[in-house]
Amino acid sequence: MKSSSRPLLKVSGLRKAFGDHVVLARIDLSVPRGTIVSVLGRSGAGKSVFLKCLAGLIVPDAGQILLDGRSSGTSGGQRTPSGPRASFLFQGNALLDSLTAFENVALPLAQTTSLSPDEIVSRAEGALDRLGLGAFGRHYPSQLSGGMQKRVALARALVTEPEIVLFDEPTAGLDPLSRNAVFELIVRLRQDLGFTAVIVTHDVVEALEASDRVALLDQGHIRFEGDPESFMASRDPMVSDLRDSAGALARHVAGITGVTPLAGRFLT
Amino acid sequence: MILEDIGHEALSFVGGVGDLALFGIRVLGSIPATRGLFRRALRAVHEVGIRCLPVVAIVGLFTGIVLGLEGYHTLARLGSESVLGSLVLLSLVRELGPVLAALMIIGQSGSALAAELGIQRNSEQIDALGTMGINALGFLAAPRLIASIFVYPILTLAFNASGIIGGAISGCLVMGLDPGVYRTSAEGALGSGDLAECLVKSAVFGVLTVAICMHQGYTAHLRVGVSGARSVSLSTTRAVVLACVTVLAADALITSAFL
Repeated sequence: MKSSSRPLLKVSGLRKAFGDHVVLARIDLSVPRGTIVSVLGRSGAGKSVFLKCLAGLIVPDAGQILLDGRSSGTSGGQRTPSGPRASFLFQGNALLDSLTAFENVALPLAQTTSLSPDEIVSRAEGALDRLGLGAFGRHYPSQLSGGMQKRVALARALVTEPEIVLFDEPTAGLDPLSRNAVFELIVRLRQDLGFTAVIVTHDVVEALEASDRVALLDQGHIRFEGDPESFMASRDPMVSDLRDSAGALARHVAGITGVTPLAGRFLT
Repeated sequence: MILEDIGHEALSFVGGVGDLALFGIRVLGSIPATRGLFRRALRAVHEVGIRCLPVVAIVGLFTGIVLGLEGYHTLARLGSESVLGSLVLLSLVRELGPVLAALMIIGQSGSALAAELGIQRNSEQIDALGTMGINALGFLAAPRLIASIFVYPILTLAFNASGIIGGAISGCLVMGLDPGVYRTSAEGALGSGDLAECLVKSAVFGVLTVAICMHQGYTAHLRVGVSGARSVSLSTTRAVVLACVTVLAADALITSAFL
């Protein structure tokens, strides 16, 4: 719905092996500007490795990652820093535990921009307020719940106004209702701020509802790529399995879908 | 077989020294681009100083007491107990102060530093800094390295002061030496070279041991065959052992250079 034809992120022939174990055999994926693309897959399919290659945390063995047409890493090349145009939301949040929530959010602004101290304070407080954490800026991560830590991490990822945000299992460890809330938050913030998102997740129901496109990673390849409607219609056995498991989940877990139709729940 | 093991260990040692040197160079190289470096370094001086001052002062006091007792008995045999102040002061300033203070700081703060960085590595906090475009070495390591240049000498001086008081307690209060004799002997003993040796030693120990501890924690994830809490625990243990051995080896080198 928010897709444009020109991809902001284009991945071609990405390969990564650890010793003899090939995690990513050949990944090709395009992420149009302004869209949310979810990457699904079983545990151990290489979703997080793929995302960390995009973020520059893991150097791929081969392939090319283009961000807005500019190479951010080539085969066997150097570390591929994602730079200020990209942010990464870690599965475990990765908040600096020696800094308060406010300091965590202000950190990338203070260290990588030339903003004045007043502007940094204003933006960091604004980011926390936007996520309902205005009253918790002076709390340390250990003093916050898992859901609140996730929101602080999200505020930190968004405070630099990145063009693309990479989400690594953003709902890991959260209860069903909190998972629901996190996806809703991502969709709302995308609408407000206009960033592009790549979400690696196990949550098939939420991914289908929140995303413009879905990719299924299996055995080092993208096995399926398309919009949620195509995913629902696909006859691929693995897609079918995931879809069935999502359907079962939707029927049995209260609060996830309720009586709202699967498609478009977050986007109304 | 034995030769092969020796060769393997030697290569491993040389490789480790090389890794440490590269780590140090990368930390130094990160300094120019790091913002708020000196504010963070001051905070590190404050944190390490506050954390270590009590233990350094207490160990210094007892070291001085033992020096006073042993020194008095030895000197009394030669009829030279009047130079007890000199003995205590020179022993502390030239040798015991820098070495024992460094060992105490390693135990109190170096181990914590290695563990903290190891946990930050395992919990992806260091990776997070990278994704934000922040040089993790500049942000986490450089302030501590700079702080070590100041905090080790400061704590060593505190150790020496406590030791001199300890020597006075045992020499004068316990053994009955006249306090004026003790003070006069101590006042005349110290040359400028002695104090310089003390400060140089402590600063060098600081830089070396903090670099070792940080390197062990920072590279905790690279340990072969272990991960998680086990890798942090091994890194912390190794950091303390390597740092202590390095202090003693560096002490031998610096002492021979000053003599």
